[in-house]
Amino acid sequence: MSADLRFASASTGKKILVAAVQVFFVLYCLLIFYPLFNMIMSSFKTTREILRFPFALPKSLDFANYKTVLVDRGFGRFFFNSLWMTGTTMAFVLLFGSMAAYGVSRYTYRLRTTVYLVFLSGIMLPLKAAVIPLFIIMKRLDFVNKPISVILIFIAMSLPSTIFILSGFMKAIPKDLEYAARIDGCSDWMIYRHVVMPVVTPAIALVTIYNSVPVWNDFFFPLVFLQDQKFKTLPLGLTNFFGQYSTDWSLLFTALSLAILPMLLLYAFMAKYFIKGMTAGAVK
Amino acid sequence: MHKKNSEKLWIAFFVSPAMAIVVSIILLPLFMSLFNSLFSWRQLIRDEFVGLENFRRVFFTEPYKTRFSNAIGNNATWLGVTMLVQNTLGLAMGYFLSRRIRGSEFYKRIIFIPVLFSIVAVGFLWGLYLKPNGLLNGFLKLIGSPEMARAWLGDEKLATFSIIAVNIWRWVGFPSLVFLAAIDSVPTECLEAAWMDGAKDRTVFFRIILPLIVPSILIITVLTIVGSLNVFEQIYTMAGLDGSPNYSTDTIGTLFYRTGFGSVDSGNPEIGVGSAIGVIIYFLTLAASLVSIMSLGKQEVEL
Repeated sequence: MSADLRFASASTGKKILVAAVQVFFVLYCLLIFYPLFNMIMSSFKTTREILRFPFALPKSLDFANYKTVLVDRGFGRFFFNSLWMTGTTMAFVLLFGSMAAYGVSRYTYRLRTTVYLVFLSGIMLPLKAAVIPLFIIMKRLDFVNKPISVILIFIAMSLPSTIFILSGFMKAIPKDLEYAARIDGCSDWMIYRHVVMPVVTPAIALVTIYNSVPVWNDFFFPLVFLQDQKFKTLPLGLTNFFGQYSTDWSLLFTALSLAILPMLLLYAFMAKYFIKGMTAGAVK
Repeated sequence: MHKKNSEKLWIAFFVSPAMAIVVSIILLPLFMSLFNSLFSWRQLIRDEFVGLENFRRVFFTEPYKTRFSNAIGNNATWLGVTMLVQNTLGLAMGYFLSRRIRGSEFYKRIIFIPVLFSIVAVGFLWGLYLKPNGLLNGFLKLIGSPEMARAWLGDEKLATFSIIAVNIWRWVGFPSLVFLAAIDSVPTECLEAAWMDGAKDRTVFFRIILPLIVPSILIITVLTIVGSLNVFEQIYTMAGLDGSPNYSTDTIGTLFYRTGFGSVDSGNPEIGVGSAIGVIIYFLTLAASLVSIMSLGKQEVEL
């Protein structure tokens, strides 16, 4: 470990630098932990307690707030909506994305570069800027206020990066594997399904995380397209909730905890995959 | 020839579902935006061709002129502060994590936590903490400096910076880990050779590591530009759609939304002007990305 920058056998200047860096990291970690800790603690306090004693611990761990928010205020519904809309989106993204990646990485043809560039252009273009024509299109198709509008947009939003990442992986698979399967009488679909897809499974996990986190968190498109209470997703439901109960801090902190904790829990178990997945587009 | 034809069919089969969606949801709306911006509109009905009139209104007519220059100024602040503070911090954090300081594995996992949270949840959480009677001012009172307390989101001069700070809190882990991965992939031989020659850490960083991670710097720069031009949720949750107080936190994102969909104060939606702003966002994103790709691309060093 010649790259080490630890205290041992280091000059005084370096020791001071490393100590300062350590202090910085510890402070930033506290700055991450404490607000989350305070959020959870506040969800067990009354609004009056939160305002008067913001740093005090709750008197008891009463989960009544959670029941109120989840059941009575319909947060369960928002959860369910986010879950199935993200799930449906990802199913189509993985199917269409891997097919398209296969189509641009495993064949040679004249239009290939053009096709690839069309897909790539989607990475650069900010989709939010197109929301007005999207609204006009969805209105004409009578998709406004229906989940299909945001699901279609989420799929379009996720496809370019999926194709970009997957085709990179697929290009690296040796052609011999494909020839062998072809001699055995495999059709192109069977080669895609039984030869190429199994090889790129790790990359599939990568793009799933890369795309499902932003889709799960997206707020802008549900805001524009889903006004109906029964279709609202978690970020949109949270926004509504903040509008409706703006003075009831106790319920607000409970709603925030409910919105944030599942992700935190998932991350605790799969940190490595999340880090790898989320940075997949920026790290070669 | 028969084989060739069946291959064409297969290619079409594999590519067309994704192509249909990308073309109809991403590319078609782009051209529609360009087209729509050249017309005047009555609600959702296209009226007559007006040429660049909508753009003229955005740049030269009140109230759009003032709102637009104000908003774009704030986007510039976002870009500048984020580049300067977040990405510099990210580079430093990535570097020290790559030196395997004590606890680096732990830090690595912790600093990535806020990256996963939705901007909406983070915005509302910090919105509560930054209220005049919120946690931050409470903390300042606790440590005995109540004079430091501010209306973090209520002061026109301060609000944008407070919101940017929250966003940096949420996102700095991302550039950190991208830079960490980039620095980790610098070949050890390069570094060892430099150390053998007695090069100082600082020299190694600026002369060897930095030139070799230009591609990552480039990606983070482009992502920062795109992100800064698309700021919306942060403002929506912490300052409201109008960019309160007194439009001081307004960005093109919120202005665009208000113009295109109408809001309490501006009344009816203005599709024409809204489309023009959308087109401007497209162009700014593309132009800024291209400039950074070209200028940083020149600095790239091949091993």
